[in-house]
Amino acid sequence: MTWRAPVPGALALGTLISLWSLPFVRFAPNRLLTGDGLAWWRAPLGLGHWAALLPCGLLLLAWRAQSRATRVVGLPAAALWLVALPWLAGMAARQMAPEVDGLARVSLGAGFWLSWGLMALLLGELLREAAWPVWRRVLLWVGVLLALLAELSGGALDHLSLLREYANHQDAFNLAFGQHVQLVALSVAPAALLGASLGLLAARRSRVQGALFAVLNLIQTLPSIALFGLLVAPLAWLGEHVPGLGIAGIGMAPGILALTLYSLLPMTRGTLAGLQQVPAAAVDAARGMGMGSWQILWQVELPLALPVFLTGLRITAVQAVGLAEVAALIGAGGFGAIMFQGLLGSAIDLVLLGVIPVVALAIAVDLLFKLIIAGVARHD
Amino acid sequence: MSRVQSALALSLLALIVLTGWLPHAGPAFALLFPDRDRLIYRQDDFADLILAHLAIVGASSLLAALLGSGVALAATRRWGLAFRPLLETLLAVSQALPPVAVLAVATPLIGFGPLPALIALFLYGLLPIAQGMLAGLDSVPEGAREVARGLGMTPAQTLWQVELPLAAPVVLAGLRTSVTINIGTAALASTVGVKTLGLPIIIGLSGFNTPYVLQGAVLVGLLALTVDLAFAALSEPLGRWRAPQPSPGEPTLAGAD
Repeated sequence: MTWRAPVPGALALGTLISLWSLPFVRFAPNRLLTGDGLAWWRAPLGLGHWAALLPCGLLLLAWRAQSRATRVVGLPAAALWLVALPWLAGMAARQMAPEVDGLARVSLGAGFWLSWGLMALLLGELLREAAWPVWRRVLLWVGVLLALLAELSGGALDHLSLLREYANHQDAFNLAFGQHVQLVALSVAPAALLGASLGLLAARRSRVQGALFAVLNLIQTLPSIALFGLLVAPLAWLGEHVPGLGIAGIGMAPGILALTLYSLLPMTRGTLAGLQQVPAAAVDAARGMGMGSWQILWQVELPLALPVFLTGLRITAVQAVGLAEVAALIGAGGFGAIMFQGLLGSAIDLVLLGVIPVVALAIAVDLLFKLIIAGVARHD
Repeated sequence: MSRVQSALALSLLALIVLTGWLPHAGPAFALLFPDRDRLIYRQDDFADLILAHLAIVGASSLLAALLGSGVALAATRRWGLAFRPLLETLLAVSQALPPVAVLAVATPLIGFGPLPALIALFLYGLLPIAQGMLAGLDSVPEGAREVARGLGMTPAQTLWQVELPLAAPVVLAGLRTSVTINIGTAALASTVGVKTLGLPIIIGLSGFNTPYVLQGAVLVGLLALTVDLAFAALSEPLGRWRAPQPSPGEPTLAGAD
């Protein structure tokens, strides 16, 4: 027996197995207990149980159908699953814990997360095989995302404990969101300027290159908690002895400074790589046309280096979104504050409330830059 | 001694000397922080913390190295080639996940203590290792494989005697990234009470005791630096007979956290 599409087949099978063997939702009498797991067929889903036919169908398709049929039927089926599964979990939660302000909690189980994640991979795999252009693939993901957001804002998921945690911590969440974006923006922007200058310097003076990257690599090697910790003492000293600055050892300042330092290496790397891949012939031609070195830099080298530079910026920004999570330890706030609060209280829903937005933010930043880079590359 | 080797020796010496001196560094810290009475972290021995830190990083990285390279190896063989794009998607998507998030999710699910930290470090450590193995095998010139085939080598022989030795520098770079990340994440595991070098930092931060923070941060930083230099020294002879050293301009996996 050979499979026509082994990878989608394995993913569909994995979806089914995780749905069958792991708890779909968990019911707990209050938020401090882990609760008892309920398997898919025992959860109050009503007709929703039939949704399990979707991965069954995808399994069959992967086994026998032609790849075109897999695509035409499989893509909408997988996308439907991604949208329907949270909705079904929300419905089950409404049945099991009808009062939004009651003590009982219904949380998402491992079966939910795994079967959702595997199906997302399956959708990605089908999209890859379909070989669509970038914008069409992004469009489909955005569609799925919008549907999920509609469910969120429409209240279909309000009875899940994750959303109940959100309702309880709404102010802290909004504050964390603002702080997180601030941390990333205020560190990546100066790092982009400084990194571009350093990259330019490294491209022009190859003797500086070795020493420069030795220092930047050293910073990158330091664990984030160590760098944050090392900055606490000098900044506290500065804050005490130079009053007007508004700097303290704890808070935003050391967070932004540390994130800027971390961002320097990928930014400098990206700039240097961008300048290095500019064809020598282009520079020669510009010189032949009588351009001065500034003109060559602005009109030839920088435009040609832009896509690689932007890729460096993309890597830097995604990294900064994740690293900002740790900055909460030194009081810089952000989603890390919610995550660590949940971690210390061993409350998984609170942890997820601090982790999921960060992952979503990182993916959003990544997609945004990918679209910009695709746009810039098309211009050339 | 090469430059890397002397830097390694220096960094190791600094780590050892500092570990021995810090318990007696009260007077020095009294100069820096005149208005404090508890200046030196004494709840644990610094040497014990370093060993505990290395143990948790070593165990998780070893397991991750075995499984991560195994998975990447499977995805580059003929029978597993179909799964390679899936593995690459997984590696790309996981870039959006900060290592500390894995730790934070694992702990409430598994319980407090070193086990969830070990599992989280192992899981996150898989990624750079698999990535390094994929990139390493990709870097093997097709010509080398053809020559091996022409010599009548079996696929297993080709793998062990040609592909893996040629891929070694890049594979080692992946392992280096994995271990560097794990040293940082292991320090963060102290937020849930795991005994590592992060403990003085966490206790210092929650008690507004800057000297504790400084002591922990310096030791963690030196430990990360020493291990990183050890990997650099290890990969030096491997790179000598082939020049795979990535140029500084090449974007690689970020090592921080």
